[in-house]
Amino acid sequence: MNGHRVFFTFDITEDCHTLDAYKKRGGYEALAKVLKDGLQPADVQAEVAASGLRGRGGAGFPTATKWSFLAKNSPVYYLVCNADEGEPGTFKDRWIFEHTPHNLIEGMVLASYAINSRHSFIYIRGEFDLSYKRLMTALKEAYAAGLVGKNIMGSDFSCDIIVQQGGGAYVCGEESSLLSSIEGKKGYPKNKPPFPAVKGLFQAPTCVNNVETLSVLPWILRNGGAKYAEYGTEKNKGTRLFGISGHVKRPGMYEREVGYPYKKMIYEDCGGILGDKALKAVIPGGNSTPILKPEQIENLTMDIEAVAAQGSMLGSGGVIVIAEGTCIPTLLQVMTRFYAHESCGQCTPCREGTTWMNQIVTRIAKGQGKAGDIENLERIAKGIMGNTVCALGAAAAMPVQSYLKQFRHEFEYFIEHGRSMCDGRLEI
Amino acid sequence: MSCLKEQFDELRKIYPDEIKDAMVLPLLQMTLKAKGHLVESDALYIADYLELPAMQVKEAMTWYSMLYRTPVGKHVVKVCRSVACSLRGEQRIVAHISKKLGIKPGETTADNKFTLLEVECLASCGTAPMMQINDTYHEDLTEAKIDQILEALQ
Repeated sequence: MNGHRVFFTFDITEDCHTLDAYKKRGGYEALAKVLKDGLQPADVQAEVAASGLRGRGGAGFPTATKWSFLAKNSPVYYLVCNADEGEPGTFKDRWIFEHTPHNLIEGMVLASYAINSRHSFIYIRGEFDLSYKRLMTALKEAYAAGLVGKNIMGSDFSCDIIVQQGGGAYVCGEESSLLSSIEGKKGYPKNKPPFPAVKGLFQAPTCVNNVETLSVLPWILRNGGAKYAEYGTEKNKGTRLFGISGHVKRPGMYEREVGYPYKKMIYEDCGGILGDKALKAVIPGGNSTPILKPEQIENLTMDIEAVAAQGSMLGSGGVIVIAEGTCIPTLLQVMTRFYAHESCGQCTPCREGTTWMNQIVTRIAKGQGKAGDIENLERIAKGIMGNTVCALGAAAAMPVQSYLKQFRHEFEYFIEHGRSMCDGRLEI
Repeated sequence: MSCLKEQFDELRKIYPDEIKDAMVLPLLQMTLKAKGHLVESDALYIADYLELPAMQVKEAMTWYSMLYRTPVGKHVVKVCRSVACSLRGEQRIVAHISKKLGIKPGETTADNKFTLLEVECLASCGTAPMMQINDTYHEDLTEAKIDQILEALQ
């Protein structure tokens, strides 16, 4: 275990993102196998089902099952790739765009074939520059080689890929908000049901998948779903891209089998904590996931169920490591500021609540906290939870709730003494 | 506008007419790139071009943070202030740039060369702290590296 790789199978070179380089490492063989051997869309779906692949965007929903929810007998279907990578702590999609964009394009065509999408979209973060350029160059290469567009590889199957750049809104990573944005509106999330699988982009059944999820498909179709299912744990198959950031000596992107131990990742692969300090906390799967204390990650492995059992989430696989000496109330101020800034404004509990929470936490972090602030924060967070159209509200409430639960004494100290227990430090 | 219209027409070939609404954001972005910042008449022009309600385009134009509606400097310096960058010294980085350029976040230098902004996560957490100048990412920043980058742009 732990040696298997799906993405990290080649050296990062100046031209590893090109079509030539991708073909040399087996690129587009999966697509050729599907289109030339006459595999049907149902066969592709069955192979993905056999792989046990679960979505890599955060929710971890089984990919083949998601496809199977698409309403039947529609004249039009859309596949949308969610590349609006904006969750702090997460930077894995960028790695794929910059080093192996054809992986995504081949995966897009395979998924489009499986769900019968004639026009598929990639919604990429507007801020991404190198990622966008490499994607566009790769797409041009793929069009020229007949791998995208009309009659792909001489088959009856045609599919265009349209790339849309985002406008700098975190909430557009939420699938219904992303669809609103493609439809030329402000990126407001939509009420569900109806789910996108029934009424999505331009009212047609739509499947939204993450970059990493789609990029795994060529490997699965080339090597077989059963082979992929050999990796990982019983309920979480395969490998994942884990981005480690914060107070570690070697932050960066790592590919590991699902079920890899957090401690091994932090202390061995990432070289341990900066300045050899003690570990204070770990945010296990991106900004919004509840914070864990060192004792909770002692034997914890990186898989969805294991992290959930500790009261948090594996999310997008972005791990943020926090060293002893960091001021938690000040860190929470950074968090609440983020959600107050990114709330789309549609739902009152989120719009007002995120701003209000940020005002209180900012006051505490300035040494002007008042008695009752903690209780007010808890009340506001509770008022947001479950009362909004999308999950941004919950994502804003969860850090507040978990920081107060895990490090309550630091907030109490700050309010009582008007200063931080750790001098307000974030950098170690 | 005539050269922009040519660009619009070029893009329109990619989008089937029944999904022309999907062109709203790309057209706003194209206009922004050509003009530096957007004003209401840009939204009206696009609405007219796509035959869409003006309010739909105006809403989109005013909602997205990357669609500037006030003039910015030649070089827009965006420093990421989210969690990973904060843990690796974002405040120190912003203070250094502020001092170097003589402006606070949100301001533009008198010669209109630089605008300094603090922005939310730019997905560069493994190489924090970082900043983006116009389109280019600068990662693993140190004070010395910042000096070098800014001096090259002076």
